[in-house]
Amino acid sequence: MLSIDILLNAIVTGILLGSVYASLALGLGITFGILHIPNIAHPTLVVAGAFFVYTLAQWGFDPIIAAVIGLVPFYLLGVALYAFYSTVFERKGGANVLQSLTLFFGLSLVIEILLSLGFGSELKSVSVSYIGSSLKLGVLTVPYRLLIPALLAPVTIAAVWLYLSRTNSGTAIRAVAHEERALSIAGLNPASVKRHAFGIATATAVIAGAALIMVGPIEPFAGRYQIGRVFAIVVLAGMGSIPGSLVIAIIIGIAEALVSSYLNPSWSPGVAFAILLLGLALRPQGLFGAAR
Amino acid sequence: MKTRRQFHKLVAATAAGLAAPAILGSKVFAQDKPIRVGASVSLTGPLASTKNGLIGYELWRDDVNAAGGLLGRKVELVMYDDQSSAANVPAIYSKLVDVDACDVLFSPYGANLSAPVMPFIKQRDLFMIGMFGLAGNDVAKHDKFFHSGPWGPNSGRDWARGFFDLAKAQGVKKIAIINADLEFSKNAAKGGAEVAKEYGMEIVFNQSYPPNTSDFSSMIRNINAGDPEAIFIASYPADSTAIIRGVKEIGISDKVKIFGGAMIGPQYGALLSSLGPELNGLVNSHTFVPEPSMQTPAIKGFFDRYTPIAVKQGVDPLGYYIPPFYYVAGQLAAAAIIGSKSVDPAKMAAFLHANSVDTIAGKIAFNEIGDWKERRVLMVQLRGIKGNDLEQFRNPGHQVILDPPSLKTGDLAGPYNKARAS
Repeated sequence: MLSIDILLNAIVTGILLGSVYASLALGLGITFGILHIPNIAHPTLVVAGAFFVYTLAQWGFDPIIAAVIGLVPFYLLGVALYAFYSTVFERKGGANVLQSLTLFFGLSLVIEILLSLGFGSELKSVSVSYIGSSLKLGVLTVPYRLLIPALLAPVTIAAVWLYLSRTNSGTAIRAVAHEERALSIAGLNPASVKRHAFGIATATAVIAGAALIMVGPIEPFAGRYQIGRVFAIVVLAGMGSIPGSLVIAIIIGIAEALVSSYLNPSWSPGVAFAILLLGLALRPQGLFGAAR
Repeated sequence: MKTRRQFHKLVAATAAGLAAPAILGSKVFAQDKPIRVGASVSLTGPLASTKNGLIGYELWRDDVNAAGGLLGRKVELVMYDDQSSAANVPAIYSKLVDVDACDVLFSPYGANLSAPVMPFIKQRDLFMIGMFGLAGNDVAKHDKFFHSGPWGPNSGRDWARGFFDLAKAQGVKKIAIINADLEFSKNAAKGGAEVAKEYGMEIVFNQSYPPNTSDFSSMIRNINAGDPEAIFIASYPADSTAIIRGVKEIGISDKVKIFGGAMIGPQYGALLSSLGPELNGLVNSHTFVPEPSMQTPAIKGFFDRYTPIAVKQGVDPLGYYIPPFYYVAGQLAAAAIIGSKSVDPAKMAAFLHANSVDTIAGKIAFNEIGDWKERRVLMVQLRGIKGNDLEQFRNPGHQVILDPPSLKTGDLAGPYNKARAS
């Protein structure tokens, strides 16, 4: 069973899956990794993004085009969510982690119920010509269903990282989590910066949603299965390391694919956490995070 | 004193009021009290696609009440949402019994949710109709539990025997088995492996996978490496879709003669329409399909009423798999109550053990642990599917019954790759 075909295909599949995981984790990397807001509703927002894409796909839009159309509405949704969060907690003396978790857990449930009422509980999928066929490269068989969404992640992550590192407003986002008061002294409104950052994070959910619905069918509660994995990616990458999350996600993807191929697929859900435990034991600040 | 007199009058009036039912006759009171039928249903959560079963319950209740109720009493449904979580089930059933005082219980949907309630039912010696829980009573062996689903006796092992009978008839010697790591799928795969061994088949690949696995390419490659002639799959809707698509993307050996078995999903309208022609060639279990051998006025009448309600509620407009058997559950309970002239669990159970019951799914008789005496799980082959129009599945010829022989409407078309392409 140790054929080179199976090994190579497993590695490629792992890279593709990992890339999709990185898409799912990107928004959380901003809200949790940079802003330190434990937005556990992010996977559910990704599912909401997938339903947005599904809706436009019914009208003939390609999922990627649909995701691009969804960027603005999801950005505005994120801005509104942060405004609510800020009004409820931050203006009343700061939010503790437990309060934030409770709020986002509740938000997650509300979104699930709304999706369930709006779309029903049946699985929803998109039909696109490239879903169901594969790219054959020698011994490799690469399903387009994985390849196309996997290509979205590096593009989106690069765009977000360039924005955060090369623009003034991006620098302000990275600065706000470190020293809000200094930002105020510099004449910027920290709440406004955070609102903008939350908007960007939520906008990435619709891109991840497009990836998710291309990989497989979705239902309103599909976000629940991703929470553990995306948190593991963000924490192991190191809080705030957006490019690092892509590397970690791919490592987890490859590890899961190899475990599925050579050991037992039932063990694969534990892979992300095993790697997380090992990684944090060796480097508590995350593999790409700066020591503080 | 006036106050004391008023108080005495009040006490007297209250006592008279409380005693009135006893004075006037308890029989009249009892007849006015509805018969309460309690259950949990998965209105939300991952199993919410099964909530169309509720239409079956409600149609049965409406029919019974329109006909004057049971033993002169109206039927009242007491339903709670279990959110598809087994953790919620014990508390719901405790409430149904101890607070809501239900006379009859229907189980939650499926083996995963039913398992937590079985010890409670056994301990309290309650009467329950089981809803699609494969081998749900094989451990507890409770004598007041009856399946509404057609799994048949020794269901953990034999319910999908039809698949293996078909494989055996094709001369299959090597088989691969994969299953989701969930109660139903594990039972199905374990039973399937036993039957395969009984038929002398070599199991070249036997592996489980975690629920919600989205990519099966590695597993399909490993299956191909084992060179099987049959592939038995016990999966849930999302994985079923991923497996079907994975086979299309990766490809499967031309030696495979029969593929499918216990895949949950291709029974539902949503998956039938989303996968469409990708389902051609699949041989899979079902409980009802609109083939000529199964059409009766009773079942046709049920679907004539089910469909408009389902469309209005936005649930599966076909509803072939689950809803008729939720109606059947009501018919079984009604037969037990009318036959025993009681809502006493022991008397109701004794009646069902001793008598067969006519239902919209045909005549049903039970063995000592409440399994149907005769297995009536269908193995159907999906064929001739063109496009994604759901309405085509209402016509005969697209879900051809291969097994059981008594309902058969066609022969297996194979091998699988050829049947897929047809």
